[in-house]
This record gives sequence, C-alpha cells and structure tokens, in this order.
Amino acid sequence: MSANETAEPTRRDFLYIATGMAGAVGVAGLAWPFIDQMRPDASTLALATVDVDVSNIEPGMSITAKWRGKPIFIRNRTEAEVAEANNVALADLKDPIARNANLPADAQATDIDRSAGEGKENWIVMVGSCTHLGCVPLGQSGDFGGWFCPCHGSHYDTAGRVRKGPAPENLPVPTFEFISDTTVRIG
Amino acid sequence: MSGGHTTYTPTTGIGRWFDSRMPLPRLMHDSFVSYPTPRNLNYAYTFGGILSVMLIVQIVTGIVLAMHYTASTLLAFDSVEKIMRDVNSGWLLRYLHSNGASMFFVAVFIHIFRGLYYGSYKAPRELLWILGCIILLLMMAAGFMGYVLPWGQMSFWGATVITGFFTAIPLAGEWVQQLLLGGFAVDNPTLNRFFSLHYLLPFMIAGVVVLHVWALHVTGQTNPTGIEVKSKTDTVPFTPYATVKDALGMVVFFLMYAYFVFYLPNYLGHADNYIVANPLKTPAHIVPEWYFLPFYAILRAITFNIGPIDSKLGGVLAMFGAIAVLFFVPWLDTSKVKSAAYRPWYKLFFWLFVINSIFLGWLGSRPAEGAYVIMSQLSTLYYFGFFLVVMPVLGLVETPRRLPNSITEAVLAKNHGSAAAHPAGAAAAPETKA
Repeated sequence: MSANETAEPTRRDFLYIATGMAGAVGVAGLAWPFIDQMRPDASTLALATVDVDVSNIEPGMSITAKWRGKPIFIRNRTEAEVAEANNVALADLKDPIARNANLPADAQATDIDRSAGEGKENWIVMVGSCTHLGCVPLGQSGDFGGWFCPCHGSHYDTAGRVRKGPAPENLPVPTFEFISDTTVRIG
Repeated sequence: MSGGHTTYTPTTGIGRWFDSRMPLPRLMHDSFVSYPTPRNLNYAYTFGGILSVMLIVQIVTGIVLAMHYTASTLLAFDSVEKIMRDVNSGWLLRYLHSNGASMFFVAVFIHIFRGLYYGSYKAPRELLWILGCIILLLMMAAGFMGYVLPWGQMSFWGATVITGFFTAIPLAGEWVQQLLLGGFAVDNPTLNRFFSLHYLLPFMIAGVVVLHVWALHVTGQTNPTGIEVKSKTDTVPFTPYATVKDALGMVVFFLMYAYFVFYLPNYLGHADNYIVANPLKTPAHIVPEWYFLPFYAILRAITFNIGPIDSKLGGVLAMFGAIAVLFFVPWLDTSKVKSAAYRPWYKLFFWLFVINSIFLGWLGSRPAEGAYVIMSQLSTLYYFGFFLVVMPVLGLVETPRRLPNSITEAVLAKNHGSAAAHPAGAAAAPETKA
C-alpha cells in the first residue's frame, strides 16, 4: 500500500485531487438547478403586462387592477388632492425619492414625478402593496387623506408618499403608459 | 449511550441473535429502562417526553390530512372544508392537528422556561441547549407554513407579511423574497412549496430530536438542585420512575389538549381564516398564531431608525435576535450555580421574564398604536435586558444560597423539613422512592 513515500506526486495523488475537484464542481453545478427552480417561472413572468380601461373613472374615483398577483391602484385624483400634494415641501417627506419605475432612480418625490406626468397630473398609478410588509392600504383614509395601511399603521398622502408609520418607502409606481386616452398598460 | 451502565441481558434465543448482530434492543433498554435519572426530578421535567409524543401526534395526523388536502390555490380552501364536512372523522383529525400545533408550543415554552429556571443550558450541556434552539426554529417554520395551507385570509396575509420580512435585507431582499414566493406575490407556487416543506420539516425535527436525546444521554439530565449526580443513591432507573412520572404528566396534558379539541377547537385560531384568501383585500387586523405573538410584538416595537438601520430592518433584526440570543445563553449566564432555587435574585428576574413574555404576547395581539407601542418597547427592552444584562451581571454580583452536598442530601433534608406542607403544583421533589 504505502510504496509511495517519496516526495514525488504519485498517480494516486493526482487522481485524488482531480476527483475531488470534479466532485466539488459537480455538486455546485447540480445545486444550482435546485435553487433556480424556486425563482418565478415562465408562466408567472408571462403575466408581465395588463391593459386596463380607465374611461369610466371620473375625478375622485379609483379602481384596483391586478398585476403580477399584486393590487395596482389607479386613481383619478381631484384638483384638491393634487394641490394638497403639491403643497408639501420635499424636506417634510420620509422618503424623498419618487420610486417611479418610469423615471431615473434618483428622481425626487414631487407630485408631478409621482403622477402620470405632464398633462396627466390627475392620474396616479401605484402598486397597492405597503412598503412595510406588503398589506393592501385602504384608500382615502389616514391622517393625510391618501392611503392608510391597517396592519402596522403606515400613512400615505394623496401622492402615495409615506408620511408616518413604519413603512420605509413611498408606494412604488410600476412601469406603465397610457397607450390611448382611455387605456393604461401596466408592466 | 451514557457509558458503563448497560445491564441488558437478552433472555431469549431471538434476543441473543439480535444482540450480536444489531443491538437495537440493548440501546433501547439502556436509554429508556435502565438509564439512571436523578431521583429528584419534578413534573417540570416531564415536558421532554410530552414533546416527543406531540411530535408523533402531529406527524400521524398530518400524514392522514395530506391524503385529503389539495395544495392548489383553487382547491386548498375547499379541500379543507371537505375534510371538515365530508371526510369521515375529518373534523377530529384536523382539530387534533391544528390544536396539536398549539399544544406543541405550550409544551415547548414550558420546556424552555424549565431550562432557563434550572440552568439546564450550562456546561456541559451547551450543545444540548443549542440543539433545542434549532428544534424551536424548525417548529416555528413548520407552524408558520402549516398555517398557510388552509388558504384563508390569515393564511395569505400572514404569509405576505412574514415573507415581507426578507425584503428588509439590504440589496438582495427583493430577490430573496421572490425566491421564497416563486413569484411577485404569495400565489400557487408559494402554496405548493410550503406544503412540500411543511411535510418535510417534522422529519427534520425528528432527526434533531434524536441528536438532542443523544446529547442528553451523554451528559445526563439536570435536576432541580442543579448539582450533578455524584453517587448511585442520587439516581433511580428511568423505568419505572421517570416512565410513570412522564406518563402521568402526559395524561394530564392530554386532558387539556382534549378539552381544546372537543370544546374550544377554534379558540386559538382566527375567524378570518374561514374566509378564502383574497389578494386584493387585507383583513382589518392581521394577527399571527398566538405562539408567535411575543415575537410579533418585538417586531412592531422598533418604530424608529437606529443609525443606518431603518425601522423596518430594525424590527426584523430584533425579532430574529429574540431567538438568536437564546443560542448564546450558555455563555451569557456567568453564574457558577445552575438552579434558580439557590439564586434568590435570578429567581425574581426569571419570573419577571416569564410575566414579561406573556405580556409581550398580549401586546402582540393589540393594534400597533398609542400606548401599546410604548409598552411593547419597554417590554422588548426587558426581554433583551434579561439576557444581555441581567444574566451576565447577576452571575458576578449575586450571593447564592448554600448548596447541598448532593442530590440525596437535598432530598432527605426536604423530606425532614416540610413533607406535609407541599403546595400541590409547586416544584416538589418526589417523595421517598429510594
């Protein structure tokens, strides 16, 4: 057995290391599909866009659409609501970032950058999932007349910006566009 | 397992045949019949046995329920109702399983408090204690995933909130959450994987329980005096002494379990879970199962940013920290005396800790507003203070009472002193059995 007590590497040393390396790489390679299968699958990703008809939404009305299993708030805000949101100084905001997927990541949380943009300031489209732990906030309630999360008491204003409570961020604005005057495409 | 006490002598031919090939009967005999246990174990020490039986109850009822349950968002809620209404004895099996989870946690909490009171975690039993902490974590994961399976409103929103914890992780949070959910929100892939894991976890628990009992049988049990076994007069054989004591404790425990199953089957649950899950509407008041309430209160107590850590991450860290701190208890407690019976100050702080834990549980069931928030913060402070301040400091400054020389001496002194004056539920030593 121990005929190889020389300093020279033997064939057994080579096979030992080579087998060990192949085994380690093999285990790592095999582990990946077991982790990868947990990620969102093709059918989940396929639900990436939805079109919503907003022709019947008068000022002061909201609807909740469903996108990627989450509620999407689409609200036609009243002029008073827009004015109220415009009157808030950025320095008063807990989260001064717009969190708008249609804008650069560092855009400020002004009302115009939270809304659907120039000419459509009255429209606001947001993921209706509290940035704290994911409950659905209730519309037109709370201390700031916007949304209020009943789970852990986060208050959002009329532009969906967090103003009070444990939520760390404003309600996110998903990627969306008005593909006509009456239809919003989300995603 | 604990060396040198093997007294097993197979009497039959088949027994001898087995013993020379695979001595499993010898292992069982040495572990559960001739195994020496301290002669002064009280009823607080029966919960280990009760927990083993509860694990078996949960596995047996769970396997049967899985034969009737369908893990699909379209069918899960209805299949549970079908179990309740159509499946023969289905209502009983489901109530045994759902209340069994609660009883499991009742027993494990008493078991843990027992360990904290008598210093069961101290050298050489650190590993035994840590294995127990791992079992607690696995139990919590199993309990949480099991609660999601009926696909009611609390199932769905509980899963949303708890998987939401992971979004607090900086940078990788969203990715980790999607990995757990298999999507962007709790949905069919989530339900399927939770069912698979809920079926797996009890067997993992059983595996760690084997290690836990192995470690226990290497070091031997602690006892109410905290003095190690020194001579043969300090112990009695496991059977019949511990077996009968465990069995009696179990019968009383099972009476309480049966009372809940037959008279209050939904008392520990939540009415909202009899409404089918709706991803567009959150119930007005989300509450986890009762056994998570103290930890939920700690989560919500952190309403302020701590330096670079925002309140959300802070809450999640505090909640996981409340469990993680248990792993370090063997090294946090600096006292040389094990049992609280000889530590007057530790005894006081221990009972305050018990009351505080129950209080935290109550706070967890209240809405997170007004005075409740302040009370949760104070209560959380004491929870961590007990482990991080009281335990290390008290061991250095406290003067313990005089320890008896041996278990035997302690038992005999007690029998001389106040044999007639034992309060019924108190930590009474077993009377003269030797």
